[in-house]
Amino acid sequence: MKSQRIRALSVKDLKRVVRDPAGLFMVFVFPMVLTAAFGAAFGNSSGVGAATYTVGFVDLDASQNHGWAEAFREGVEATGALVVAEYADNVTAHDDLLQGVIDAILILPEDFGDSVESFLAHPDDPGMWVNTTIGLAVDQGSMIVGAAVPPMIWQVLSSTLFGEAATSRPFPLELGTPAQVASSHLNQFDYMVPGMFAYAAIFTAMLVAQAFATEREKGLLKRISLTPTSSSEVILSQVVTNLILGAAQVLVVYATAYLMGFRPMAAGVGVAYAMVIVMFLVLCNVGFGLITASVVKSSGAATGVSFIFILPQMLLGTFVPSSPGLAKFVPSYYVTDALTSLFLRGAPLSSPVIMMDLLVVAVVGLATVVVGIVVFQRYGRG
Amino acid sequence: MVSNLVKRYEDVTAVDGLSFEVGSGEIFGLLGPNGAGKSTTINILSGVLEPTEGKAVVLGYDVVSESMTIKERIGVCPQEPAYYPHLTGRENIELIADLHLVPREEGRRRTDALLDLVGLGEASSRRVGKYSGGMIRRTSLAMALVNEPDLAFLDEPTVGMDPQSRRATWDLIRGFKERGRTVILTTHYIEEAEALADRVGIIDHGRLIALDTPESLMREHGAGNLEEVFIELTGRRIREEV
Repeated sequence: MKSQRIRALSVKDLKRVVRDPAGLFMVFVFPMVLTAAFGAAFGNSSGVGAATYTVGFVDLDASQNHGWAEAFREGVEATGALVVAEYADNVTAHDDLLQGVIDAILILPEDFGDSVESFLAHPDDPGMWVNTTIGLAVDQGSMIVGAAVPPMIWQVLSSTLFGEAATSRPFPLELGTPAQVASSHLNQFDYMVPGMFAYAAIFTAMLVAQAFATEREKGLLKRISLTPTSSSEVILSQVVTNLILGAAQVLVVYATAYLMGFRPMAAGVGVAYAMVIVMFLVLCNVGFGLITASVVKSSGAATGVSFIFILPQMLLGTFVPSSPGLAKFVPSYYVTDALTSLFLRGAPLSSPVIMMDLLVVAVVGLATVVVGIVVFQRYGRG
Repeated sequence: MVSNLVKRYEDVTAVDGLSFEVGSGEIFGLLGPNGAGKSTTINILSGVLEPTEGKAVVLGYDVVSESMTIKERIGVCPQEPAYYPHLTGRENIELIADLHLVPREEGRRRTDALLDLVGLGEASSRRVGKYSGGMIRRTSLAMALVNEPDLAFLDEPTVGMDPQSRRATWDLIRGFKERGRTVILTTHYIEEAEALADRVGIIDHGRLIALDTPESLMREHGAGNLEEVFIELTGRRIREEV
């Protein structure tokens, strides 16, 4: 493994991206335009006010600790992005949701207050907790509602229960006074930005698949194999190239989002963390790209087949609304989840959620790239 | 040294029991029509294709078990030039120098010299995607020689070149030999083999049907050129027209 070869091949690939208008668009212009477009549409400058979505609030809480339900409702109203419409029953609320009168429904269960109190009384003893579920229904016809409302509600819930300082800690040791969420400065665009970092990185799969398929098609892999360059050096150079591009994409997305009004908590350390976790997502997608390049016959087919890996990540793990259960099967979900905690909830890097997300993406990323290398060396060199 | 080399693709035998030796400092021409097995032989000898049967030793190393060592000391100009269209002529040549671990300054010096020799000095900063076919051929030749190999495999190096470029390429190959290097050259141009090769192996249907100096072959078969030798041996022409 010689650094001179890896450097030369990486520089060659970087020049391809920079000099090819299509590559330049895909890697830099597309994430920039996407971020700017969403910022213009849903950011502060869009003219879309904070009170945009109407949430039907069905309070079924029959416990003696009803004060928590009221605090929660006030927290929802305080977001500024959500307007609460109270309903006496679930059926009427669903009818209005179906007819487009409201955008989402929030149903507090009968034991909501008891559940909160049980947690406050025994924060370290899950066996004493009253487990319950808050019902949430959103208008599936609206992509934006599906993407923006659930994280807002989650944030209100966690802030109401735990206070602002510990919002990303699933089992806090200290509990603050029930507080109102102070998220009125956040708009829909803010909730989308974490997913945009992942969104840009997942297209690495397509770029890698295209690069290898094209080089094989044009006899360039064979040309390189006429030199004493090992296939490991060729693949590692692609990894290096895409890590550099991934880091640049993080900066491009962040800078564009910042220009569009995105003001996250933990900005400095957040960008550094974003780079690290996106690097692992890039690794994962280099692996997907190698697998794609191994099974396709042409560079044209590489583009199409790579979407087998891109689409699930895009639809389940970025800012596009998705089923939370399925989302946990795609690596991009963990990137979006971690960056949401970091940028929007101000969680510290040491928080379990952020550490666990990084661990998952790192393990999946390394495993996928190893599988990709093995598959490509066996079937993809042509 | 090539001994009883065979390469089969399912029911097609591309190389059929080839045996010959090439001496150090020699230009050895493999002459034959398209599809005769010349490029397959080059691919085996340069370590990118494994033979079905037989043995080949290049620069003292086995082509199957020691191919990486061989690749460090050879240069290959493929029949179909492979190049990066988004890189300039200079960048393509320097890339191959880097892959051969030529020190960067030395790589630049050699690239400059080769660009002048192949007549691409002025076009060196243009992307190869904008080059003509002949210019691409000359770039490919420079890419093959930038590591100053002990042995160069030149597979149809002058196809598509104008007569002037072809003569310049011949001079380049002769100069390479004068520095004590070895060349294995495939061609279906009779005059190229006659002008350059110390010895010629004539291949047809994967088999070596004649091997000697051009003069000896012509004398032996009472022929005025190698084309007539080929007709004498096979009853066919090597190519319809030059």
